[in-house]
Amino acid sequence: MNHDITANATLDEAATADVSEATDSVIAVQGLSKRYASGFEALKGVDLEIRHGEIFALLGPNGAGKTTLISIICGLVNASAGRVLVDGHDIVDDYRAARRQIGLVPQELTSDAFATVWNTVSFSRGLFGKRSDPAHIERVLRSLSLWDKRRSKMITLSGGMKRRVLIAKALAHEPQILFLDEPTAGVDVALRRDMWNVVRDLRASGVTVILTTHYIEEAEEMADRIGVINDGDIVLVEEKAALMRQLGRKRLTLHLQTPLAAIPDALSEYPLTLADDGRVLVYTYAASDEHRHRDGINALLNDIQAAGIRFTDLHTEQSSLEEIFVNLVRKDA
Amino acid sequence: MNFRAVGTIYHFEMARAWRTLLQSLVSPVISTSLYFVVFGAAIGSRIQEVEGVSYGAFIVPGLIMLMLLTQSVSNASFGIFFPKFTGTIYEVLSAPVSYVEIVLGYVGAAATKSLILGAIILVTASFFVPLRIDHPAWMLLFLVLTALTFSLLGFIIGIWAEGFEKLQLVPLLIITPLTFLGGSFYSIDMLPPAWQTVTLLNPVVYLVSGFRWSFYGISDVSLGASLLMILVFLSLSLALVAWIFKTGYNIKP
Repeated sequence: MNHDITANATLDEAATADVSEATDSVIAVQGLSKRYASGFEALKGVDLEIRHGEIFALLGPNGAGKTTLISIICGLVNASAGRVLVDGHDIVDDYRAARRQIGLVPQELTSDAFATVWNTVSFSRGLFGKRSDPAHIERVLRSLSLWDKRRSKMITLSGGMKRRVLIAKALAHEPQILFLDEPTAGVDVALRRDMWNVVRDLRASGVTVILTTHYIEEAEEMADRIGVINDGDIVLVEEKAALMRQLGRKRLTLHLQTPLAAIPDALSEYPLTLADDGRVLVYTYAASDEHRHRDGINALLNDIQAAGIRFTDLHTEQSSLEEIFVNLVRKDA
Repeated sequence: MNFRAVGTIYHFEMARAWRTLLQSLVSPVISTSLYFVVFGAAIGSRIQEVEGVSYGAFIVPGLIMLMLLTQSVSNASFGIFFPKFTGTIYEVLSAPVSYVEIVLGYVGAAATKSLILGAIILVTASFFVPLRIDHPAWMLLFLVLTALTFSLLGFIIGIWAEGFEKLQLVPLLIITPLTFLGGSFYSIDMLPPAWQTVTLLNPVVYLVSGFRWSFYGISDVSLGASLLMILVFLSLSLALVAWIFKTGYNIKP
């Protein structure tokens, strides 16, 4: 099963790659493997292309290899094999050019307890070799609602505020690529909204954003493309819309006037199930087969009429990315 | 060379020193004064002159060395251990900076702090005893080389240490004993002959001896031996730091 999905994903990728230009990729990961000293194999030959200017969501359960992948690209972890190009620059041989492009918001809330917000954000800019630019720092702080806190010491800030500062630090040197590692873990609604506004603005200005998450609604709302990583392998890379279309299940639910004890023989050829003590009839089909099944639905409804079954209400629903994701990972295990 | 990054790290570290001014500067000054009161005044008054120098003045170079060694090690080890401990090291590792630049920033700041400290102790000492510096240029050279070398050693310890206990271990078990047994408070001529030979295995003896020579022109070992020894140390520390960054030891899995 795993094989089928991967094959499909690769085919689709090839198809879309033909449409867009080959030079469009801003990050190219090639055969990347990582085996830690403990013997744990975090990545098993990962290939991945991130396109210029897109928002790419990397989904995967805990321990799937998301953070290891990001850490290698950003220079925090050495790869065991394979290579990574950032905007054409090798992350090892040409690390300066590669890293200058990248801003990283780490998963852990780390901070210099006694430094002020202003100092710690300015520190980040200097570290990347950029001339000091108070106006830029001010813009970044304001966009993250941190301006009032600029003189506060890090130790006095709440967790959410620290998260904002980490984002500000990553943006201090005007990166072209932004990595957000689990940006909304334990974050309140206001920050989430602020953060997505910042991400949208960045994208509008041409910045590529890569985020890891296991909150699927996040990917569903923001991402252009989605990659699923599980157990050190990229299981699938797909346009979000296409993914929803391809793998999403659609469900037609009919609320019946009189409960049925069993599905009548006349309807036995349809994949139907009864629910709610026979009061609800459910018809499940793949969203990708929508066109084929439109006739199916027509035929089904006719046959239901013919069988003398009356219904009071009907609705259809599409499965969310979350269900898709759970299915993928479960099949894989 | 990303000089701006070096300067950024350097200034950030120096800012940390100003924030912790009390621990960084005041406490070493107080402890030095205590040494003078106890060794210089109370005990020193009962000890005759050492090679024509009063005992109080004799211990000044040793005391400065003692402070320089311990403070360089603790400043530099803490400077790199702290970001490793809190996790903020991620930013330095992901920045477009070379290892040389990282070391320059952290070690440079630590060495600067201990040099400022050395100067303060020298001034403090001049209030207690009559001081004389025969070879100021040599004195400065020994100060700078020692501060650099032991800041590098501190940097290595800071990367090696995985917890606060380990961070304290080397200074407490190795640096302090070596310094106390390194002739800070005595000339090795005062020891029995057998111990004189053993003492020559202690690297700190060479540092203190050379440094004291720059003050009073008296030394336990030759100036050349002192200089050679500190250069050997410096090279060893540099090699170790290079190895750490080459292998990613304890900072980059």
